[in-house]
Formats: sequence, C-alpha cells, structure tokens
Amino acid sequence: MNLHLKVWRQKNSETKGHLVDYEARNIPEDCSFLEMLDLVNEDLLSRGDEPIAFDHDCREGICGMCSLTINGIPHGPSETTTCQLYMRKFKDGATIYIEPFRVGAFPLLRDLAVNRSAFDRIQQAGGFISARVGAAQDANSILVPKTDSDHAMEAAACIGCGACAAACPNASAMLFVGAKVTHLGSLPQGQPERERRVLAMVKKMDEEGFGNCSNYLECEAVCPAEIPVTVIGQLNRDYSLALLKDNL
Amino acid sequence: MSLTLDPKIPSGPLEQKWERHKFESKLINPSNKRKFEIIVVGTGLAGASAAATLGELGYKVTAFCFQDSPRRAHSIAAQGGINAAKNYQNDGDSVHRLFYDTIKGGDFRAREANVHRLAEVSVSIIDHCVALGVPFAREYGGLLDNRSFGGAQVSRTFYARGQTGQQLLLGAYSALNRQIAAGTVEMHSRTEMLDLVTVDGHAKGIVTRNMVTGEIKSWAADCVIMATGGYGNVFYLSTNAKGSNVTATYRAYKRGAAFANPCYTQIHPTCIPVAGDHQSKLTLMSESLRNDGRVWVPKNKGDTRPPSQIPDSERDYYLERKYPSFGNLAPRDISSRSAKEVCDEGRGVGPGGLGVYLDFADSIKRLGEAKIRERYGNLFDMYHQITGENAYEMPMRIFPAVHYTMGGLWVDYNLMSNLPGLFVLGEANFSDHGANRLGASALMQGLADGYFVIPYTIGNYLAPEGGKRPTTDHPAFKQTEADVRAKIQKFLSIKGKRSVESFHRELGLLMWDHCGMGRSEKSLTRALNRIPALRQEFWENANVPGENESLNGSLEQAGRVADYLEFGELMCLDALKRNESCGGHFREEYQTPDGEAQRDDEHFAHVAAWEYQGENKPPIRHVEPLVYENVKLATRSYK
Repeated sequence: MNLHLKVWRQKNSETKGHLVDYEARNIPEDCSFLEMLDLVNEDLLSRGDEPIAFDHDCREGICGMCSLTINGIPHGPSETTTCQLYMRKFKDGATIYIEPFRVGAFPLLRDLAVNRSAFDRIQQAGGFISARVGAAQDANSILVPKTDSDHAMEAAACIGCGACAAACPNASAMLFVGAKVTHLGSLPQGQPERERRVLAMVKKMDEEGFGNCSNYLECEAVCPAEIPVTVIGQLNRDYSLALLKDNL
Repeated sequence: MSLTLDPKIPSGPLEQKWERHKFESKLINPSNKRKFEIIVVGTGLAGASAAATLGELGYKVTAFCFQDSPRRAHSIAAQGGINAAKNYQNDGDSVHRLFYDTIKGGDFRAREANVHRLAEVSVSIIDHCVALGVPFAREYGGLLDNRSFGGAQVSRTFYARGQTGQQLLLGAYSALNRQIAAGTVEMHSRTEMLDLVTVDGHAKGIVTRNMVTGEIKSWAADCVIMATGGYGNVFYLSTNAKGSNVTATYRAYKRGAAFANPCYTQIHPTCIPVAGDHQSKLTLMSESLRNDGRVWVPKNKGDTRPPSQIPDSERDYYLERKYPSFGNLAPRDISSRSAKEVCDEGRGVGPGGLGVYLDFADSIKRLGEAKIRERYGNLFDMYHQITGENAYEMPMRIFPAVHYTMGGLWVDYNLMSNLPGLFVLGEANFSDHGANRLGASALMQGLADGYFVIPYTIGNYLAPEGGKRPTTDHPAFKQTEADVRAKIQKFLSIKGKRSVESFHRELGLLMWDHCGMGRSEKSLTRALNRIPALRQEFWENANVPGENESLNGSLEQAGRVADYLEFGELMCLDALKRNESCGGHFREEYQTPDGEAQRDDEHFAHVAAWEYQGENKPPIRHVEPLVYENVKLATRSYK
C-alpha cells in the first residue's frame, strides 16, 4: 500500500518544528506502524536525509516507550500501543498525521520523541511500599481476596506511556496517578502509607504542571492498558480523606 | 596480568555453602557504607533491585539506563512467571528439587553451588515481592496461585496474569524510586555506557554518552555493577527489545573481562512466525500457554488443509509422542529443536512451512472459553493484533525464535568478574542456567542477584578497598574517554552508502543460518569466514548521518552493530570449539541416534571463558572445570 505521511520534524527543544510531507511506498499490510516508519527512514537515509526520531523499544506493547499521536489520537487507531498498530488498519492512499505526544510536562527532545521523566518523579514522590529487603514475612501469611488482587492487578497494568495525559484537553495525569494509588491502595500491604502516598503523588503531579480531571474520559478511551477511569474516582476519594485527616 | 578463573566456591556441604559464605563475608559498618560509591549500569530486574537494595543499605549508588525510564527495561516483557521452591501446592517441591531441575534443565553445564543458592533465595524473592505490592495471581481463599512451566513436574511458578515481568520490574522500580527520593541513588536515564575504565587492573568507573545532548562523561566509583542484559539481538530478529544490546558487556570484555559460553543461546519454541522482510522483531507467546495448548503438525508432508479439516488421526502431537512424561511441557531447547525437525521434514504449517500449531481446542472444550480467556486473554489479544487471526477459533501458529542468552561475562560465586571490582548480574552474566534456561527462571535469577546476593557479596571486595577510589582526573579516565570520542568520530566520518540497519539484518541472518538452532563445523567455519568481510564493509560503507551533539539513533545503532559484528565472531568461535551438543548448543555432528543432544562430559564438562587479545588477534579460550559433587551427570531424559 502507499501512504501520504505528514510528520512532525523538530531538531530539538530550542528550534521550531513543522509538519513535513513524506510518501511511504509499497508498504506491506502485515507491517506494524513502527516498521512502516523504519522503511521510511531507510528511504530517507538512502537519500542522504536524517531519519525521523521516535521512541520505541520492546515493540510488543508492554514497555510503554512508543508514543506517537496518529491522526490526532495518542497511539492512533491501535487497540493498545503504537507498536501494536498494524498497517492493515489503514486504507491504501490514506493521509496520516504523525505527531509527538503533546503535553506541557513532556518537553520535546527531537521530532517525535518527548521527555516523560515527570512521570518518574511522580512515582518517586510516593508510588511505592516501603518494604526493606529481608524483612518480609512468608508470602502466604498475607491473605489477599482474589477480587482485591484482581482489582490491584487491573490498575497495576499501567505501562506509563503518557497517552492519558496526551489525550486529555487539560493534560491531566490523574489516570496515571490514580492507577498507582488504586493498585497499592487495594492491597493490605499498601495500607500503612496510603494517605502519605496519595498526598505526595498529587502534590508532585501538580508541581509538574499536569492539569485536573474534568471528566472528558479521553484518557480511558486511549489507554493501551485499559485502565478504567474509576481509578480517578478512587484517587479523588483517597485524596479527600487523606487531606481531611491531615487537617484534623 | 594473566587471567585466572577462580570460582571461589565456598567449602562445606552444598546446603550450607551460602549460609557459611554469608557469615564469612566481610561486613562494612553502616556509617562507612556511605563512603563507598557504586555504579550500576542497567536498571532492569537485576540492576534496579541491586541499586535499590544497595541504596537502602546506605551505599552511594549512581545508576544508568539507556531507556527513558528504568520502568522500560526489557525485563518488563517477561510474560509467564517466576519460579520459587515454596511448595505451596504440596506437590513435592523443595529447594533441592528446584536446584536439581535447574541443573538438569541446563544440561549439566552450570555450577552446582550457584544454582543451589538460587534455589534457596527463590523463596525470599516471592516474600519480598509480595511485600512490595506485586499483585501475583491469587486463589479465592486469598492464597497465592501457581502454574507449571517447562522442565518441571511440579507447579512452582508464580505469576501476574501474562505480565509477570512487568509487575516484578515495576516492583523493583518502585523500590528504586524510594531510594532515589531518599537520595541514596542518583539515576541517569537516556545515558548509555560506552566503556569501562580500569585502574591498575580494577574496574573503577565508566564512560557514558548522554543520548540527548551527546555529552561524553566519566564516572568514577569504588566498583562497577553491570546488569545490562543479554545479546540475543546479535541475530537481529529476536524477542528482545530493539534497544537490548551487547555493547556494555562486549566493551568490558575488550577491557579484560572474560566472556563465558557466548555460544549458549536460547531459542524459544513459542513465538509468532516471521511474516515478511520488513519485520523488525519477533513476539513471544508465553511458555505458560503450553499448560493448556497442544503442539501439533500434520502427519503428512505438504498437507495444506486448514487445521479444522485435519482429523485427529492425521495429526502428529509430536511432543506428546516423543516425550510422554513431560509432553507439551518439555524444556525449551528440546521443544524448539523438535519444531525445527518437523518443519525440516516438510510438515511445517503456514507461509513457507515455518510454523507449527499450538491448539487450545481441547482445553476450551474442557474448561470453557472464559477460563482460557482469564488465563491468557492478553496473549490471545496480542496474537490477534499481530496476525489478524482469532486463536479461540483456530490454533495459533508458532515457531522458535531467539529469546535469551545463557552466556555472558564470567563471574565467581560473589558475582564478580575476573576483573576485580566489576560485578555482573542477571542475564549479563553466565552463571546459573548452564546451556539451557528453564522457563520462569530468568526473573528468579535477576532478582536473586540484585536483592539477595550482591548486597552480601559486594563487601568482600569493598571492605579492603576503602579510600582507593580514583577521581576522573586519573589518566585512565582521560584515555578511555578519548578512545570513546575517537570511535564516535570514526562512525560519523565513514559517510558510506549502506544503512547500519542493513548490516545488522545481514549479520543476523548469517548468525541464524550458521549459529542458530543447529550448528556444524562446516556452518560455523563458513560464518567465521564471512563475518570479517562484513565487518570490513561496515567500516568502509556504513551510513551514519548527523552529529554526536544531538539525539541520534543512527549513531547509537552504529556503536551497537559494530560490537555485534565482532561479538558474532566470538560466538561462532565458541560454538566451533565446543565439540559436543548440550542444551541450546546443538552441534549437528553430535547427536544420539534418535536426534537428542549428545554431551561429551569427559572433554566438555567445563565453562569456556574467552580472553580478548586485541584487534584481529584470536582470543584465548580458558576453562573452568565444572565439579559435580552432589548430582550425577546423566543423559537428560524427558521421555
């Protein structure tokens, strides 16, 4: 198949970027979207141009590194991540817009690659259980009802790609933060630090410049890990209770 | 200094070695720990758990990864599970059984003492991961659930849906984050180690490149820990992440660290077959699927009927037929080789006849589709996205693919290489899996090394080293940094016509054809003749555009492929010199009449570790004999 691409090119954070037209020719349908970009890059190289920079690593939908906005939607028409999008989803002759994840808190590095370390800093603020190595009791001495464990797993599946914030008109990271708060808050091991955790993570989230949720639900629609928006409800509930207790 | 391989295995009975070693290991008092600086390269399971634990103990840790966050490391892609000798299923498991299964699974080419320690600490790993909040699968009563994996007749594998690696890595990442917040670990992502710095024969630092700005920088420390993963991408197509590479370990090898058993590679039997020339990587379908899936091909050659129209009597469930006691759960090397065999006979399915069926119809009939969906839903979804086929309705097509590398830098019982001060953890070292790794044992080893081994053994090196840390002003740093800069300039000045990617593809295919599932003296000799020519062409005609001072993927790739072009040769050489078949190393000349791997214990019950001698000079092969005091070397049988 043949495709018209409009790709965001930007040398670095200091220069201005713009959309550049490329033709992708003879692309097999079984190709993944990133493999299609590989072919375009090979073509650019052969013509003496610099290839398009984009982030990717595992190419099996789990590492969360790939981060393209395709036709205005983070991860495009993929059911999961950009790397798991196959060209058979597109029509021959289609025009495809390829842009980076656009979030103020994710500064652009080059072309389609952005810096998502703000997410790491939110996790560093409180996204953990303080368990010292060697201090744990036997694993089966903590009984966790299957429903709680499944609930925790559902939220823990977040791959930290940032599509939620990129899709949100407010650039909110509340699905991402809510996922961690829900994961750890659903388990008995996570209770001692539950309030500290939510207060610290929300504070950091605000400091990093992410917006608040106003129920557009775009985040849930694009989330490759199918994190339900109910984690934001959980986040709000935990945050309110923690704030209340903190002020008592 | 001539190279010596002293494994430093503690004396005493096998079961007491680790306890005794922990007691005899040197301690560093809490207030002195912060005076020691430790570099950790790579923050996957092994690196993140090591950095977090050492930081927690009070050491000053600086950690590096090439990804944009430690959470991206390829440990995250491990699907099936993690083994531990908990015996929660009351099915006869024990530390000794896990030890024995691992030694046998590795085809009797691993060190007894290391493997026993691994089995011992496996139980603590599960305890610790649960404490960290890893949401392992549970039963309704709240207890942890288990499943079975290849090479074992007990259920000892703990899992979190099909995303066990993800959950374990995120657990280690959270522990690492806690230490970053506490200020004990300083983290540098998008930073690639390009060389190891040795001072008076000791590893005392590294040189890195900031992958965004191109800044080349030296870092000095009291010791260096490398947890940089495996080298499966030498084959170009593998289940590894695109970024996984051999550069850190290979450059350490060029600085004097011995590289052990590079020919031991694991070809995983259940991957999605190659679809075309555009393909950039292969995707694994977890081994856990073999709990409920049956592997088969048509009995007759060239049978192109759709699978649903081939009656049971005309199907060959070859694993069940050949290995009745383990059946579809035969170990990976054996399952992969059997798949190759039936495809070589012309009975393969799908495009090019390079595939076999993995069929869930019987399990769906027995358990219902809902149960199968609950167990493997995400894998079936992934299969659907990639192939466009629905595996609930028709069998999956699978084919073996490069997955894991058992070889790696040589380490002693303390996980220290022959270079004092260089520690190597996880897949990057060679230590615990022998010639074949059992499923769900990689996660176990990575976390064992990082959480429970290195924190104890590192003191043996550090305690007497107090105050010997050089600064980056030392001439060794200046020289290494200059070498790194010169190499980068060399890449950028080739200005050739051919993309780095195309060299990688060509090398990968060459390695797959000549040093893949089957190897022979003839094929290896041919590869050894062809690789130097390809390498020469690379240095004359590679196209590496752009400059160092920006995000430059081509430059990153050039460095890695240049190393593969040398390392591939070392792999072939190692395979050529090991005149036997064992585990994942199948030399076609050495097989039993029924096609099984034929070991030669008299001549090859040893580790082969290679010492670099300089450019275009043959490396020296050193040998560490493997001494078996507790298990009897036997022909591996899964019949």
